[in-house]
Amino acid sequence: MKRNPLTPFLFLVPGLIILGAFIFYPMLHAIWLSFTNYNIVNDAEFIGLENYQALLEDPLFWKVLGQTLLYLIIVVPALVVLPIFLAILVNKQIKGIGFFRSAYYIPVVTSMVVVGIAWKWVYADQGVLNYILDSLGVISAPVNWLTSTSTSIFAVMIVTIWKGLGYYMVIYLAGLQSIPDDLYEAADIDGASKWKQIWHITVPLLMPSIMIVTIMSSISAMKVFEEIYVMTGGGPLNSSKTLVFYIYQEAFEKLQMGYASAAGVVLFLITLIFSIINIKFMNKKENVIKG
Amino acid sequence: MNSPSINTKQVNVINPKPKRPLTFKKVIKTSLTYGTLLFVTLIMVGPFLWLLATSLKSGGENIFSYPPQFIPEKITFQNYVEVMNFFPFWRYLWNSIIVSVVTVLLNIVFCSLAAYPLARMQFRGKTLVFVLIISTMMIPFQLLMIPIYLLALEMGLQNTYAGLILPHATTAFGIFLMRQAFLTIPYELDESARMDGANSFQIWWRILMPLVKPSIVTLSIFTFMMAWGDFLWPLIILNDTSMYTLPLGVNTLAGSFSANWRYIAAGSIISILPIIIIFAILQRHFIAGAMKGAVKG
Repeated sequence: MKRNPLTPFLFLVPGLIILGAFIFYPMLHAIWLSFTNYNIVNDAEFIGLENYQALLEDPLFWKVLGQTLLYLIIVVPALVVLPIFLAILVNKQIKGIGFFRSAYYIPVVTSMVVVGIAWKWVYADQGVLNYILDSLGVISAPVNWLTSTSTSIFAVMIVTIWKGLGYYMVIYLAGLQSIPDDLYEAADIDGASKWKQIWHITVPLLMPSIMIVTIMSSISAMKVFEEIYVMTGGGPLNSSKTLVFYIYQEAFEKLQMGYASAAGVVLFLITLIFSIINIKFMNKKENVIKG
Repeated sequence: MNSPSINTKQVNVINPKPKRPLTFKKVIKTSLTYGTLLFVTLIMVGPFLWLLATSLKSGGENIFSYPPQFIPEKITFQNYVEVMNFFPFWRYLWNSIIVSVVTVLLNIVFCSLAAYPLARMQFRGKTLVFVLIISTMMIPFQLLMIPIYLLALEMGLQNTYAGLILPHATTAFGIFLMRQAFLTIPYELDESARMDGANSFQIWWRILMPLVKPSIVTLSIFTFMMAWGDFLWPLIILNDTSMYTLPLGVNTLAGSFSANWRYIAAGSIISILPIIIIFAILQRHFIAGAMKGAVKG
């Protein structure tokens, strides 16, 4: 080959400049900032592990960390399981099914701000949710879903789940369509019930999609921000605050850039654990790195 | 609504089975399926429908009535007319369009340029470069936002389109997706083009790019959705409201009219119309793109 050895790099240059300037360099800078007391006004001064120590001593940090994990524990299983049923429901060759698939996808394409506004209205004291639960006899007095410390974070979680359903449904739909129909026909002949078929055929063959959805939804649950910003502002009394919201406030409201960076590094370490599982899984499944 | 005959016909096209007679059981089953589908539809679009209903109610109507009144007594577009005085919809729409379209174009070019040598050339350090790029997917933007903000300030990118666009102009996901697409194309095509005197750039642009159009569509839709719906980064980098994109615009509207739900509802509905229209036109591609994105990685 008489090719110029620089050619591959010429193609890589534009992309690598962007990634370098907006990911690699900021990454190192963020780690450096986490060891300083930088606050925009004064120059950064190296303070060692003080930020990390302060984080560990801040009860609010532990509270938001706990709430972030609570988010993970509730939202991830819901987003792994519920869209499977939706996908089974829309994986039918019947008239108008395209309409239903589209309708379920609409929350995915709509901005979280509008989703938040719409749900604030649903959750209002005199809102639809209280009315329905009241009519069904589940509650006797209207619940202040977003303004009560015991319900706010759960109310926001429902919105996160609701907005994600359509997206993961489509991922499962792709998985379902790769399962051959004969398997179900054979099971039908053997007289297996629909539930047995789901449990013994659909779920095992859907495993790769289930893994992908688990990882994707865990990583996105770690980063929840907008729905909280729009619907509760983290309140009342920090009851719906998560790690990213905390980082945002420390950095851009209190201007504690160094301290917020340390919290960011913690977020990174937690995300890293999920990502390592991700890479391990992808490596095994598709051998992507070697290609 | 209950069309079991169509149901049977459709199933038969795919799976020729002996035709079963139309039974009572079957009619019930089909009704049940459509009933469930409609019920879920109500859950998925219900909140938006209520927002729409509120936006169409006149000032004389009590929007906080209990039980909630879904259908407006008299439909009025007055809220829309009035909210347009406070809500610079066209300005925000324009900003959203510029930011999303340019982000998509830059991603198509930069990601597929970078993917080309990673898929089809041998060179030292290739694996290292690829692993480095892929590893950026693990780094949460929330860790980077502080240094990127400081960098953008230094570069004078605050309140500029460049400031909104550049941090998202290349994504590891895009490079990965395009590399997978290039890998599926036979090598012989490159070789024969090279015999005809084409250089690497021409091979990339004239031979490979036209063959990976479906992946370009997938990348475009993913990037477009990301850029169009982005909230956190514009919130940080913009303080000039005339640069706001639609999500930030609606957020301000909701903040400044917290007492007037009719205006907020009308503004929200106007703000989601563009993306709903784009989705309605391209919904096949949106759904196919999400399916493909999932299978590929």
